[in-house]
Amino acid sequence: MLKPGSRLKSSVCDAEIMVIKAMSGNVLTCGGAPMSEEPKKAQANQEQMRGCLIGKRYVNKDETIEVLCVKSGKGSIYCNGEELMTKDTKKLPSSD
Amino acid sequence: MNIALFLQMAAEACPDRCALTHEGSNYSYSELHIAAKCAANKFLRSECKFVSLIGESSPAVPIALMGAAMAGIPYVPINYRLSEKQILELLARIDPVYLITENSQLSDLSSHRTLQKSNKFLTDVFEDNEPELNCVQDPSAVAVQLFTSGTTGNPKAAILRHEHLVSYILGSVEFMSALEEEATLVSVPPYHIAGISSLMSSIYACRHIIQLPNFDPAEWLRLCSREKVTSAFLVPTMLTRIIETLSNSDYDQLNLESLKSIAYGGGKMPLPIIEQALVKFPNVSFTNAYGLTETSSTITLLDPEDHREAMASKDNEIRARLCSVGKPIPSIQLEIRGEYGEQLDALETGEIYVRGPQVSGEYQDFNVLKNDGWFPTRDSGYLDKYGFLYLAGRVDDVIVRGGENISPGEIEDLMHRHPAIRDVAAVGIPSEEWGEAVALAVVLVTEAKITEEEISSHIQQHLRSSRVPEVIRFYADLPYNETGKLLRRIISEWFT
Repeated sequence: MLKPGSRLKSSVCDAEIMVIKAMSGNVLTCGGAPMSEEPKKAQANQEQMRGCLIGKRYVNKDETIEVLCVKSGKGSIYCNGEELMTKDTKKLPSSD
Repeated sequence: MNIALFLQMAAEACPDRCALTHEGSNYSYSELHIAAKCAANKFLRSECKFVSLIGESSPAVPIALMGAAMAGIPYVPINYRLSEKQILELLARIDPVYLITENSQLSDLSSHRTLQKSNKFLTDVFEDNEPELNCVQDPSAVAVQLFTSGTTGNPKAAILRHEHLVSYILGSVEFMSALEEEATLVSVPPYHIAGISSLMSSIYACRHIIQLPNFDPAEWLRLCSREKVTSAFLVPTMLTRIIETLSNSDYDQLNLESLKSIAYGGGKMPLPIIEQALVKFPNVSFTNAYGLTETSSTITLLDPEDHREAMASKDNEIRARLCSVGKPIPSIQLEIRGEYGEQLDALETGEIYVRGPQVSGEYQDFNVLKNDGWFPTRDSGYLDKYGFLYLAGRVDDVIVRGGENISPGEIEDLMHRHPAIRDVAAVGIPSEEWGEAVALAVVLVTEAKITEEEISSHIQQHLRSSRVPEVIRFYADLPYNETGKLLRRIISEWFT
């Protein structure tokens, strides 16, 4: 069950994510293989290995899915077969 | 979801970057992360239910905050300036506690308290071997519990859960957005929400934190120059004292060119002070932040561009923005509501309500959040037609004179602009005729002269006649707490 706050690891690289927004039934993959809390090593799909970067937020087109990359990896993150894109966040001036 | 994630990510992305400087000692992000894990291990073994720290800012502060988060135990910093009796009363509410302090008076063998001296705690966490640790990931676990300053009675224990603080940071700070050479000077006390949020923001931005444990304006200026500080957060009284100190020629030689931004908040900033600050620091970007403990810190911002525009404008409406706390940040909804909960129009003063994922609105024994998530802040204010928020004071401070609501801020703002007046406070006093009447406590600028009659006629000229005080008295100083909050309750007592 995906829920906000869930921490998932890639099964093909070092990548780790934290779920910010998700709906039940979504399947998140990294490098073509499912992400989970304790993944077993899996074979990467070389077409889905463009990488993900720590601190970046990734969303689907209608922003119903949002994850935060907390550890960089070589795989790229997909949800239900759709590649997630980096989200541009509005930069606020530092207030504290 | 856990605030310790911020430190874990910073240590992962830039392990060797300097995280913290305290009294000349430096600590890297990796060192801080390992120390926090060691601290978590100590807390877990002690079987405490709370972690508390009573003392000034030191490396023990971020380590205890993050260590407690990793262990899934609420972190409860306490104001070290409170009396021993007050401290013991608060400690009784967080039992059993793992207490980190320099104050050995607090060891009480009969209670369930693990007491550790700050220095011993630091030696331990930097020398222990890095433990294996699984962070608690429950978003609804309590991360921080802060006792409010209790200016209106018994301190309330505000509860901030991991989900609130994580939402706040993710919504307002970009990961690793600080450059290697950036450094922020933290002089707010560690038991204040601004102290907690400045640590979390800086860690997530991977910014170098420089701690100034005991605020002193001369020391602040020296540190700024020596450590090439680029940003700082200040409460209004701190900025006031820095401006005063800068007028002293001894500080002309200091090179403050590195300073790029100053954020301020935590109390009402007098207009003349921010105007002087903008002139004295022409290359510094100023940001006014308004927030409450119960909202995980900042909910509205007056950004640097707003400051510049206001300062340059001849239009009074735009110029007045220097007195505004700005607009809500993107993740916050804000409404002004009237006595019956109805939403008010622009320029109408009412209670400020906010909603958003960072808003807790919860205390140890009760929750004031409405079912639909709106939080009544008990602050009163109004929005102008451009959507800028102006604060009028606490709802409870409103003076009700013959059925008319008078916000003290209205009279104080006017009088603050008077050249003879250094400080001023309006409070309500019991009145047979009106129910409540306005009393004004005034502090004059050195050697300035103004009579009660002159003050009354000045108010009469600019505001409605109901604002003219029944009583005016002169004092040498007004009482503030250490974060610059005016203690109105004490002023009311002076008049009764």
